Amino acid sequence: MTTMHTLTPQTDSATDIDDVARLVNEDGERVADPELERWVADVDATALQGLYRDMTLVRRIDTEGIALQRQGQLGLWAPCQGQEGVQVGTARAFRPDDFAFPSYREIGVQHVRGAKPADFVIAWRGEEHSTYNPYDINTATPQIIIGAQSLHAVGYAMGIQRDGTDQVAAAYFGDGASSQGDVNEAMVFASSFRAPVVFVCTNNQWAISEPVTVQAKFPIAGRAPGFGIPSMRIDGNDVLASLAAMRWALDHARSGKGPAFIEAVTYRMGPHTTSDDPTRYRRKEEVERWRRRDPIARVEALLRSQNAFGDDFQQQVAADADALGAAVRAAALGAVSREPIGIFDHVFEEPHSGLAEQREHFAAYLSGFAPTEAGAGAGARR
Amino acid sequence: MTQLTMAKAINEGLRRAMADDDKVLVMGEDIGRLGGVFRITDGLLDEFGAQRIVDTPLAEAGIMGTAVGLAFRGYRPVVEIQFDGFVYPAFDQIVCQVAKLHYRTRGNVKMPITVRIPWAGGVGAAEHHSESPEAYFVHTSGLRVVAVSNPQDAYIMLRQAIASDDPVVFFEPKRLYHSKGEVDLGADLADAPPMGLARIAREGSDVTLLTYGAQVATAMDAATAAEDEGISIEVIDLRSISPVDYRTVTASVRKTGRVVVTHEAAREAGVGAELIASITEKCFNYLEAAPVRVTGHDIPYPPAKLEKHHLPDLDRILDGVDRVLDRPNSLSGLVES
Ligand SMILES: Cc1ncc(C[n+]2csc(CCOP(=O)(O)OP(=O)(O)O)c2C)c(N)n1
Repeated sequence: MTTMHTLTPQTDSATDIDDVARLVNEDGERVADPELERWVADVDATALQGLYRDMTLVRRIDTEGIALQRQGQLGLWAPCQGQEGVQVGTARAFRPDDFAFPSYREIGVQHVRGAKPADFVIAWRGEEHSTYNPYDINTATPQIIIGAQSLHAVGYAMGIQRDGTDQVAAAYFGDGASSQGDVNEAMVFASSFRAPVVFVCTNNQWAISEPVTVQAKFPIAGRAPGFGIPSMRIDGNDVLASLAAMRWALDHARSGKGPAFIEAVTYRMGPHTTSDDPTRYRRKEEVERWRRRDPIARVEALLRSQNAFGDDFQQQVAADADALGAAVRAAALGAVSREPIGIFDHVFEEPHSGLAEQREHFAAYLSGFAPTEAGAGAGARR
Repeated sequence: MTQLTMAKAINEGLRRAMADDDKVLVMGEDIGRLGGVFRITDGLLDEFGAQRIVDTPLAEAGIMGTAVGLAFRGYRPVVEIQFDGFVYPAFDQIVCQVAKLHYRTRGNVKMPITVRIPWAGGVGAAEHHSESPEAYFVHTSGLRVVAVSNPQDAYIMLRQAIASDDPVVFFEPKRLYHSKGEVDLGADLADAPPMGLARIAREGSDVTLLTYGAQVATAMDAATAAEDEGISIEVIDLRSISPVDYRTVTASVRKTGRVVVTHEAAREAGVGAELIASITEKCFNYLEAAPVRVTGHDIPYPPAKLEKHHLPDLDRILDGVDRVLDRPNSLSGLVES
């Protein structure tokens, strides 16, 4: 490696959304990329159909989530429309025993990892912080503290190293998170210990109302090499490129070469969450420009060009999506709140005398209410 | 029984915990070749290797956050924070992740992390090297918080903390690192008093004096001095400040009717405030006088040459005792607001 006394950025902006590696262009045409294409040489029309199906189901979960929130069934929802390509593509590259550490927006990652309908809505409904056991689907509980999970992934990867297995851990975070100390410390630790970890930075252009240029003046993928971590900047709306890049990154980490970094350039089509009003900070034209890059439409066009998008297939996927949407809705509507005393559960693993006393006092208080059908404590005071 | 300094007792506690369980690993800054700035990890690198005695990059959030990931993976990390004042960059990972992951995952993910913090003042240190941040952690649900006052407790309680499936913030008074005491290195964890139990360091009948950490020694000196004046002080070393062993505390207060709490940390919303509030709730009818706090002042830790005016010493504790006994004291004649 040459050592320069002055390192000058090659690009002057973090927003050049076409300075990316891709395999499928906006019109759904396959384009050549020798770096990437060798990683997906095995992906035939059937596999591509599978990716289409995944993305369509994820979009359906998302639409259902937004509708449920609007109907007052969920407290909040963080939409992922527009990001199905990077989420599904990268998650499909995992081995089941790899371990993912997602943020709150990675609905597609959770879906691919095996989350059940209730797992998408119970937390946003406010019934539990998380429904699934992370070890059942090798995916951590979604993280709300921006960037914190990047360190967890590195620590987990350090554990993998000590266990001598060839698993990989992966952290998902946004462009806003790239400014956090935790993400930068995660890269230092990963690099110093050559931890088998992959960082997936989903650059969806906005951190709530702050454009990516507030976080970075240079493509975010350009930071990783400074930590000694190889990186790739890909079109995140290209599910095939996402799959290819993740396979590269996982292979790199799995084979003992240390961490890898992917910046997936994409766009969050909806609001940041259902509480947000994106019309205050971004223009219609920008959203329209990105609508033409839709990850699902792109794969549909590619499949059509391969005569692999027949009516039967389309109808089957639509039916599957409807069924999943209905299951998600049923999980939300059918949710039953835990007994009030249950809020004391699992604070500690072992008995804690202070909390035990509070629990006892609260139980005594609750028992002063007449039981109702909804359970103890929910009725009127005796 | 062996005479050991507290520093050596902690070193032995780590060695024993690592030998007993190969999932235990120690991480921190300078803990390898150097043995830590206080030499607490001395010799452990040679014995256990760099996979288990991990010299980390200089980043506290990084150390704590990767410890969370290691715990996720089934390891039991012991994190050494170099000095009390440097735990703050790790604060988010401790209070939002270490303390809450077990709850958030309904018990599926365990966080058996021990956070060792060389703690508090009285050693003439530079700025940010003498802090008493315990109340921040006591206020955080999901953490156990302990403070040791002698080599035997340091040895056993550290092993208990590491063996616990809950996260434990473990405060080690720097002032006592070189003080010696008897340590039973062969002690079995099963026979040791639980980490959450308080210890009656000295029995007495007139006043209950509650404290923890290095302040236990000062409290004992105060009790000895008070004896000359015919005052009998019961000194309780809390050992655990979350949870507090209120069974021991209230039994003592019901006997004496008078309470003084002393700690180095600042007063406002400190551990003393919590203790007195709870004692008042539990023992109001037994109290003969309003409980008194003798604490550090509500000031940033002062420069080393002035720290003796901040740390509650024997005389300030005795002045507090005079207050609960309604004897002439520094506040006599002052009109309370
Ligand atoms: C430490 C922290 N600070 C602030 C917030 C509030 N917050 C939630 S999401 C968000 C923006 C995150 O943007 P980015 O990392 O780009 O991810 P995106 O939501 O766009 O996927 C902020 C500021 C938070 N959750 N955590």
